[in-house]
Amino acid sequence: MDKWILKYFTLIRVMIALIIGVAVTILMIYLISEYPGESLKYFFTGPLVSKGRLFNILEMAAPMIFCGVAIALSFQADQFNLGAEGSFIIAAAVGTAFAVSTNMPAFIHIPLVLLVAGATGAAWSLIPGILKAKWKASELVSSLMMNYVALYLSLFLINSYFRDLDAGFLVSLRLPETALFTQFLPGTRMHFGIILAVIAALAAYYFLYHTTSGYEFRQTGYNKQFARFGGINIIKVIIMSQVLLGFVAGVGGVSEVMGIHGRFLWQGFPNYGWDGIIVAIIGRSHPILIIFSSLLLAYLRVGGQVLNLMGDVPAELVNVIQSLIILLITAEAFLGQWKYRITRRQAEKEEAAK
Amino acid sequence: MKDNILEMKDIFKVYPEGVIANRNVSMDVQENSIHALVGENGAGKSTLMKVLFGITPFQGGSIVYKGKEVSFSNPREAIAAGIGMVHQHLMLAPDLSVAENLILGMEPKKGKLFFDGDTAIKICREASEKFGLAVPPEKKIKDLPIGVRQRVEILKALARNAEILILDEPTAVLTPQETEVLFKTLDGLKKNGKTIIFITHKLSEVTRVADRITVMRDAKAITTRGMEGLDEDKIASLMVGRDISTKRITPPKNIGAAKLSVRNLRYTDEDGVEALKGVNLDIRAGEILGIAGVEGNGQSELAEIIAGLIEPDSGTITLDGKSLLHCTPRQVRELGIAHIPEDRMKNGVAEATTIEENLIVDRYYKKEYNTRGKLHWNFITEKSKELIAQFNILTKNSKTNVGFLSGGNIQKVVVARELSSNPEVIIASQPTRGVDIGSEELIHNLLKAARDEGKGVFLISADLDEVLKLSNRVVVFYNGQITAHFEDASTVRDVDLGPYMLGLKKEEAASGQMDS
Ligand SMILES: Nc1ncnc2c1ncn2[C@@H]1O[C@H](COP(=O)(O)OP(=O)(O)OP(=O)(O)O)[C@@H](O)[C@H]1O
Ligand SMILES: [Mg+2]
Repeated sequence: MDKWILKYFTLIRVMIALIIGVAVTILMIYLISEYPGESLKYFFTGPLVSKGRLFNILEMAAPMIFCGVAIALSFQADQFNLGAEGSFIIAAAVGTAFAVSTNMPAFIHIPLVLLVAGATGAAWSLIPGILKAKWKASELVSSLMMNYVALYLSLFLINSYFRDLDAGFLVSLRLPETALFTQFLPGTRMHFGIILAVIAALAAYYFLYHTTSGYEFRQTGYNKQFARFGGINIIKVIIMSQVLLGFVAGVGGVSEVMGIHGRFLWQGFPNYGWDGIIVAIIGRSHPILIIFSSLLLAYLRVGGQVLNLMGDVPAELVNVIQSLIILLITAEAFLGQWKYRITRRQAEKEEAAK
Repeated sequence: MKDNILEMKDIFKVYPEGVIANRNVSMDVQENSIHALVGENGAGKSTLMKVLFGITPFQGGSIVYKGKEVSFSNPREAIAAGIGMVHQHLMLAPDLSVAENLILGMEPKKGKLFFDGDTAIKICREASEKFGLAVPPEKKIKDLPIGVRQRVEILKALARNAEILILDEPTAVLTPQETEVLFKTLDGLKKNGKTIIFITHKLSEVTRVADRITVMRDAKAITTRGMEGLDEDKIASLMVGRDISTKRITPPKNIGAAKLSVRNLRYTDEDGVEALKGVNLDIRAGEILGIAGVEGNGQSELAEIIAGLIEPDSGTITLDGKSLLHCTPRQVRELGIAHIPEDRMKNGVAEATTIEENLIVDRYYKKEYNTRGKLHWNFITEKSKELIAQFNILTKNSKTNVGFLSGGNIQKVVVARELSSNPEVIIASQPTRGVDIGSEELIHNLLKAARDEGKGVFLISADLDEVLKLSNRVVVFYNGQITAHFEDASTVRDVDLGPYMLGLKKEEAASGQMDS
């Protein structure tokens, strides 16, 4: 039993953090709501009762996974680039522009649009990378500024050149059929982009833990001086980590257009870049864990929406729970004492067995 | 008999990863005495002291200090109770100056709002004089070589006027002169009624200063006793259970042509200080060239320039005729330079990654280690296990984080990597810093074996015994220059080197061309 607990300790800790989060939620709903029983039901089981909502979770998780994985790639190299948001939106815009102005069969069109968007995101994110590598400009600040530039540039591009005048809203023209992901489950908006997000996470995992470049990322992330001493080109790592971040976030951006909306319809930040930071932190910058942390966050969000729609509790409640869970998961010491006692018992047992 | 100021009883400590570091360890320390704590790498010495100092929690046993049971939950409480500690791995704030570090946490007497830099420097100067440890008050810690940092750390603990002063391997990077000064200081403190606990791997120091001793082995305390009837050999056999040779190694037989040649090397550091003022030297195939000198006289800069980590202002460096100037660290390594860095925690390892990952940092990109970028983890594990066994690294397995190893075992990870890279020239800065006597012998033998294979070894060490034991040729560094050159190290005694190391004497010819 002890051995088992130690092996899965991190997972168990996350579960307990969740349970505490849930308990606090229940408490808050009881305090706020006129009919708490109903509200609880909406919040927790709401997202699961209908097929539509269930797939809502998956659909919402996809861009979170993309952005979370993108951010994790830079976190692992100790780069605090917050530019996922900027790359996401500018890649979506340029990808849309490219898609509506070209015409070719789907099997080339789709990969090409993804590639153009990825390259746009990468190029965008390269700027803070170069600023950092050349002049030691903090990537945190420059990427943050660049997010705003990306937003307004994207809006300018779409609103002035690719706006659909018949739509009645400020949205882009609709992508041609050849550049859309098929929605493969009737009655839902399940699209290929969701699968692509999972593939991206798996690829990032493989990259980080099984390739020489990933090794360079992680060593540089843990101790730059050591990496340089050992012969790793840390300038290359810094630049490459930001390029990859931009690429993955960019593909995520255009996937949203290609899979869900069929057009570029944002007029402000979609905030997936920020969600990406949250899921990357909860998932400890591990791409596989980020899949789960994204699903979790999406579940909480959908629950919040249902509650907001049907009950009398504001959706902001979700933010409170979210923060609490992040706090518990990231606090290293949480349950540390408990683990310690078990470790000791286990070590003594092994001693005795010798 | 004196009273016990401290009694640690049946201390049991297991780390969260499941390593039992102290298994019911008991140790009593008499008031007003110097108490040595010795044992092999990983025996649990640092851990026991961290338990006492409130850095790490323990699971069993009790601590009685001045007759009262105590258990400090953090260092601040320990300091308040009159305990001071100098850690094995230094813990100064790198961006603050020496003086700022020194007064950190000492409440100013008057309620001043602003930091008083001048007073800080004055306090620093006074302490420096009083305790005979020279430090530059205005310099930032990060710009100082490790030996000087060690002095600052000791000074900081001394200035706090502790009742019990714990020193975890304080002499590992000090020169014999500095060590002697430190010992005088410790004797003085003892006369004033203080108590000192002192961890070291150098047994001559134990016999020199200690009144009592605790020997640890395999997480247990073997004995705590007075020093009567103990000599170095007896202590060594208590620690490891076999004899260790302290003789000079046999001189090399075949010394070849110069492998590494340094000419007119000049380097000015970021603060505009001339760290190297035109250095010339050759390392020949099949020899060990020792560099003696107080740390901070240009040796570290020389090593870093050769390794490609910093660029010199002018001069040339060639290895087997090929220039090393403007090469990246990887190119330098590819050409056959291995480098054991003086500061293992800064350059030598990434603490938060595994032993395996630390062992491959100079070779992961090579053919055997990957196919088109995919790392061969099974092969890496296998290789790492070989090195762990060969270098006697104490660990549960090769996937343990380096940060969880004891200080000496971290050093062994660095040495294992550098010596296994089949280099042409080995730059060894403090290669045995903090390793126990058994492993020291192993590392010395490996350096000798490299020498006998025709490699060149460049030994930089603050430990004169080590320099004289290994080298066939010795040069002395002072103030960025070579001030003496001894062609035959076997005739040199450490007292001969002293005046040159302190800049009191200088051989005129030494700074010019040395060989040929
Ligand atoms: N932070 C840590 N986490 C896990 N294990 C640790 C940690 N620090 C030390 N250990 C383990 O505890 C044991 C004792 O380590 P300790 O540092 O006390 O040894 P030491 O006697 O000081 O050795 P050295 O002479 O090499 O400094 C070692 O096996 C080491 O691997
Ligand atoms: Mg130690």
